[in-house]
Amino acid sequence: MTATAVKAMGLVKWFGEGDVKTYAVRDVSFEAYFGEMLYIVGPSGSGKTTLLSMISGILRPDDGSVLVDNKMIWSLSNDQIADFRLKSVGFVFQDYHLFPRLTTAENVAIPLILRRENWDNAIKTAKEYLEIVGLKERAELTPRKLSGGEQQRVAIARAIAGRPDILIFDEPTASLDGDTGRKIVDFIKKDVLNDRRCIIIVTHDGRIYEYADRIMQMEDGRISGTEQGAPHEE
Amino acid sequence: MKVVRSVKAWLGILRIAYKLLTNDRPKFAALIVGIAFAVFLMVQMTSIFAGILGRASSTVTNIGARVWVMDPAVKTVANNIPMPDYVLDAVRSIDGVKFAVPLYSGGALVRLQSGSYQAVTVVGLDEGSLYGRPELVEGKIEDLYAENAFIAVRDAEFSKLEKPQIGSEFELNDHRGVIIGFAKVTSAGLFGTPTLYTTYKRAIQYIPSSRYTISFILVEPKSNADIQYIQEQIRRIGYIAMTREGFVSKIARYYMFQTGLGTNILIMTVVSFIVGLSISGQTFYTFILENREKFGALKAIGAKGRELLAMILFQAAFTAMMGYGLGVGLCSLLIALAKLRLPNYAASITYINLGIAFIMVVIIAGISSCIGIRKVVNIEPFETFRG
Repeated sequence: MTATAVKAMGLVKWFGEGDVKTYAVRDVSFEAYFGEMLYIVGPSGSGKTTLLSMISGILRPDDGSVLVDNKMIWSLSNDQIADFRLKSVGFVFQDYHLFPRLTTAENVAIPLILRRENWDNAIKTAKEYLEIVGLKERAELTPRKLSGGEQQRVAIARAIAGRPDILIFDEPTASLDGDTGRKIVDFIKKDVLNDRRCIIIVTHDGRIYEYADRIMQMEDGRISGTEQGAPHEE
Repeated sequence: MKVVRSVKAWLGILRIAYKLLTNDRPKFAALIVGIAFAVFLMVQMTSIFAGILGRASSTVTNIGARVWVMDPAVKTVANNIPMPDYVLDAVRSIDGVKFAVPLYSGGALVRLQSGSYQAVTVVGLDEGSLYGRPELVEGKIEDLYAENAFIAVRDAEFSKLEKPQIGSEFELNDHRGVIIGFAKVTSAGLFGTPTLYTTYKRAIQYIPSSRYTISFILVEPKSNADIQYIQEQIRRIGYIAMTREGFVSKIARYYMFQTGLGTNILIMTVVSFIVGLSISGQTFYTFILENREKFGALKAIGAKGRELLAMILFQAAFTAMMGYGLGVGLCSLLIALAKLRLPNYAASITYINLGIAFIMVVIIAGISSCIGIRKVVNIEPFETFRG
């Protein structure tokens, strides 16, 4: 862990106005580093997803700022923020959000196509990433024909296909059984994480805490504590 | 090169849009069918109308004179009001008139060789010039000067004359008639009656008529510039002169606005439009709703608003064009089949029909995509995270 990948400063987010105004995140500051797998954990409604959305350029904070690659992302224009998400951040959503009408290779190629890469080149690259996640043979199938674990791997391939610096995982094991979940996180740690990449995972699945380099506990929109992850046994 | 690269880059995004659209086959089929059905109805309705209007002006088209003189109360060729002979002399005396000839146009009942009676339209041409004569496909035009001579028009109604040959005889008001030739014309008539051409004098001799006998006066102006002057001079003697196009428009306006036909066709076209809009709008809206979270995911990944907009517009335009093509194709097929079985079927697909249907389809696609665009543009990618 060396350079800072993400620096959040005094982030505040509320929803609603007047009597129904509810604070989701209150004055949160933290740093995440390259080469680190940072977990944000906490009970439902503690503000994990809201925090994740603000640091990834999806949800504008009501106060505070986020520094990524020496840029204050929330001072960028909407198009620049979209470009930031496309080029610097890879997302793995809780429900994967794969396109059921596209093949797995086409799904993986989406960030590349959005980057205006030639279709054939994008599909070729996508297949290379499918090979990395062990699904080369499934390239022409639609996601519906894949198991939950395989769909998760396709989502990971899509997230890393754009070679982002920051990878965001939202509850990556929520839809998987224990064994598959552990295998997926093990894969992420061993094959996806590297010195030039920072992985931030939101989870409340205690079974995968052992893979964390650092665990940030959230409660009522605040960071209630940070601890080093438990050493992972091979 | 930069433009080509840019276009190629957009092609990838549009290809995703295409696959998202067409891979959802039931929805895509429903969209296409909805639009095709609407286009089919719209083109069918307007084609029937165009066909009827074309038929209604058939005599004007077939005779082909550049200027037609008539009583101001005349609405169509069929309800002409005979004019006295002095009008013909007056017209001939106008500066700018190269020549002017009388035309008889009227209905009659002929007794065929089988003994049955058949209503016909008789057109009497000026003897001296035979101006407005049809193109003969069999027989000689000079035979029209022979005794009792008539030319039969080979159009959709021809069979009603019991397939006559040259020399075939019939009876018209106790007069003998002989077919001396067969002609072809540009357009068949509206009322389902066969057409017989003869000379003006023979026509008024054979068919009982009122005191006046000239149905129309056909005028050939010396030049186009003379037409307006001729019209003014004819107006002074209480009649009107209309150009061929003007007369065709007058007939069309009559059928459109004074017979209820135009209103009914308009209502049916609007209903077709509403049906198409309802089906495709609803289906497209459902399609967008079902893919809303996917568009949200795209936005979260980094797609810009204009890229999502382009995807939706492309999907709407593609569906509209497919539906349009299918609808026009189906309509053409149906009309062709109908004409095989019913030669008198009055329907004709014109560029104007196609243009109207195209505009309607563009509006349908525009409204359908507008609904979708609003839904997609307002997506917060944050919702994708919240699930």
